[in-house]
Amino acid sequence: MAKLNINGRVHNVQVEPETPLLWVIREQVGLTGTKYGCGVAQCGACSVHINGEVMRSCSIRVGDVKTTDKIVTIEGLSPNSSHPIQKAWLAIDVPQCGYCQSGQIMAAAALLKKNPKPTDKDIDEAMTNICRCGTYQRIRTAVHMAAEMPAGGKSAAVTGQKA
Amino acid sequence: MKNRSSKTKLSRRTFVVGTTAAGGGLALGFHMPADAASSARAQTAQNEGVEVNAWVVIKPDDTCMIRIARTEMGQGTKTGLAQLVAEELECDWKKVTTDSITPGQNLARKRVWGEMGTGGSRGIRTSHDYVRRGGAAARMMLLQAAADQWKVPVGELAVSDGIISHAATKRTISYGKVAAAAAKVPAPDPKSITLKDPRSWKIAGKAIKRLDTADKLNGSKIFVIDTKLPGMLCAAIKDCPVFGGKLKSYDESKIAGRPGVKGVYKVKDSGVAVVADTWYRAKSALEALPIVWDDNPNAYPTDAAIAAHLREGFDAATNNGDRRNGDAVKAIEGAARRVDAIYATPFLAHATMEPMNCIAKVSADKAEAWVPSQNAEASLAALSEASGLPLDKCEVYRSDPGGGFGRRGGTQDYVHQAVAIAKNFPNTPIKLIWSREEDMAHDFYRPISQAKMAAGLDEQGNLIALHVRISGQSINAFLNPALLSGGKDMRQLQGYDVAAGDAQLGYAAPNMLIEYVMRNTHVPVGPWRGVNTNQNAVYMECFMDEVARTAGKDPLEFRRSLMGNFPKHLAILNAVAEKAEWGKPLPAGVHRGIAQFNGYGTYSAAVAEVSVSDAGKLKVHRMVLGVNCGHPVNLDQIAAQCEGSVAFGLTAALYGECPVKDGRMTSLNFDTYQIMRLAEMPKVETIIVPTYDFWGGIGEPTISVVTPAVLNAIHAATGKPVRSLPLKNLKLV
Repeated sequence: MAKLNINGRVHNVQVEPETPLLWVIREQVGLTGTKYGCGVAQCGACSVHINGEVMRSCSIRVGDVKTTDKIVTIEGLSPNSSHPIQKAWLAIDVPQCGYCQSGQIMAAAALLKKNPKPTDKDIDEAMTNICRCGTYQRIRTAVHMAAEMPAGGKSAAVTGQKA
Repeated sequence: MKNRSSKTKLSRRTFVVGTTAAGGGLALGFHMPADAASSARAQTAQNEGVEVNAWVVIKPDDTCMIRIARTEMGQGTKTGLAQLVAEELECDWKKVTTDSITPGQNLARKRVWGEMGTGGSRGIRTSHDYVRRGGAAARMMLLQAAADQWKVPVGELAVSDGIISHAATKRTISYGKVAAAAAKVPAPDPKSITLKDPRSWKIAGKAIKRLDTADKLNGSKIFVIDTKLPGMLCAAIKDCPVFGGKLKSYDESKIAGRPGVKGVYKVKDSGVAVVADTWYRAKSALEALPIVWDDNPNAYPTDAAIAAHLREGFDAATNNGDRRNGDAVKAIEGAARRVDAIYATPFLAHATMEPMNCIAKVSADKAEAWVPSQNAEASLAALSEASGLPLDKCEVYRSDPGGGFGRRGGTQDYVHQAVAIAKNFPNTPIKLIWSREEDMAHDFYRPISQAKMAAGLDEQGNLIALHVRISGQSINAFLNPALLSGGKDMRQLQGYDVAAGDAQLGYAAPNMLIEYVMRNTHVPVGPWRGVNTNQNAVYMECFMDEVARTAGKDPLEFRRSLMGNFPKHLAILNAVAEKAEWGKPLPAGVHRGIAQFNGYGTYSAAVAEVSVSDAGKLKVHRMVLGVNCGHPVNLDQIAAQCEGSVAFGLTAALYGECPVKDGRMTSLNFDTYQIMRLAEMPKVETIIVPTYDFWGGIGEPTISVVTPAVLNAIHAATGKPVRSLPLKNLKLV
């Protein structure tokens, strides 16, 4: 039994305490935007925010999550994909297959929260998630673009279709 | 299987052969339905729109839903195909949506949508003609319907953005208003349709945004691994870690009473699966299950044994295919100077981000599968074979795969496994997910090979002879033995073709012998994004630099001197050289390398700028990629594929290897099978130089030039050639 605060909602789940948070989010809670890629905290596809810090949920036992911990998944990052990172990702067409992008976006959003104007070196150090399609160049460009946007506001630079 | 009619068996076998052959790279014939009354005109419910023809469904609100047969797995094909249809349809691009048809629908309608398999960079290059004709035919029918309604000659009508107008009477009507009538208009003869000149395209050929980005930004895109069906159970699987081995026994009592576990099942003769209410419970129970394997005694035990097996191929008396002119061996023996080198590249895993998975649901008279597939028809064939049900009792539902790279094409091993497990749970969906470790342990790996290279130069440093002998594993021997002709396998010499078209070598020499010697192992092999062009480009392009240096010539100038008969190869080489300012001094410590290659019909070239520190640390600063794919359909997605190809190629160059020990793979996750991260990504500049006289692919070809350009730049930086990969195993200085 675990009590989890995910995206502002409290979920009571029946699950073994050693179960990784990733699988509780996916299988018990039913939020599938957070992805399984490796299970060993290498790829970052499972990245979520816990109390504002980006964490790899595949390597956190659900039994170690406190009821007071505030977990945010990709589904809770913003209403209507309105986070500057999501808008920049759309404007630049970052994703290819898209499988790793939830994790990339969560990592990038956490970076901008701590460091609103990251340098290339800051991005190098913070963005360690694997993308097998190789969208890294666009991720870098999009992080810089998002950093230029007013937080929560609209940017004329963002004109992606079907927003 | 025994009680099925011979007719059913025959049709299924024909179909399976068809899909397998397609996976091997053969385009299939395609005919658009000319019969207006054919079943291809099924009218769907009014709010879902009207099917004007197989490719175009129009809704009353003017939304144009374009049907897509190929697989979108990141490469942008879905958007590109929609652009091509929309270009001829003359609809409003802002109102375009797409719909992926199923293989069951395609089969039921006599493959009206043609081939679904998406590999070999064929998604657009082998379907552009019929999808454009599909869009054009729909446009003609919509215009005819308006002409009939207004009782005016169709030739007096114009159309733009899905609005039909008649200038003389100042009338307009939208596609949505005439779609129902258009569906009843006889379809034009496809041969009578004149397609637009690509140089006048307005939607195709442009840098248009992808249609499928929005749901990748908020977690709402559902991959098969995310799919949940009523009553579904989950399965985890382990197959014998030694390829070719079998399952001997397991001790189910050791996991008795674990929460959620429904049972343990043997899968075919080499695997064991645990089924549980959730996947994590299935996986953790499987990890706790004691399993005894019956290892394959004929397995090659180690890398060293495999390397020796390949090396022995250099001395073999006969080969398994060659191209030759003159007498290269004799000419090299008599040459003023000769250059010799042996190169080697390892097995590589695909490592798609979404691991292999499949949901199967089987009952007495119906089999269904949800598969992330590059070839949904191959998935359907596998489902039919595994379930024992005829094709028309089977259906495969598609979700875009989280990466494919050749892993999800013809083999469909996960479908066979999922069905075998699901047979134990009639009418219950079983979601089989491979752990990353299973995914890495049971791939169809990029074939391992070595190349013995020799060149002869005359007194002036001109190339008079080239001898290449590649010894390595054959994909066709493992997957498509029927494609071997008399033991010959020219596919392993991809990129060295004499003939122009798909994969032509861009160099000529008076004496040339390029040969393949087959040396197979017990390790399964298959197509890996770029297939044999990647390794063969490393061998040819790195050796060209070695020969140029021996001749005392600039690598670019030396290449140019051999390329007089290959204007397209030369043009793209020149284009990247110009863009990268070849010959212009670089900052201290930065060095350039160049490479060119032709694969999947497309001409590619690259210049890399690298530095190597005194400690031997490599930094790739910048890469210029040039591509001539004939007809570019989406400029921004071509750039995206070129950028991605740099990451894919560099990952292989820097880190990629699948070592074999005790007959099994030892790199089972990303801690040991390293993937390049953002910090290592160079600045990539893409130049697209189309000639509009052919159709080439984009998903694969540029990977081939990335590694040799970087290795040649390393050679320039250190003075030492790099002859084996990955770089992580080498001391560069």
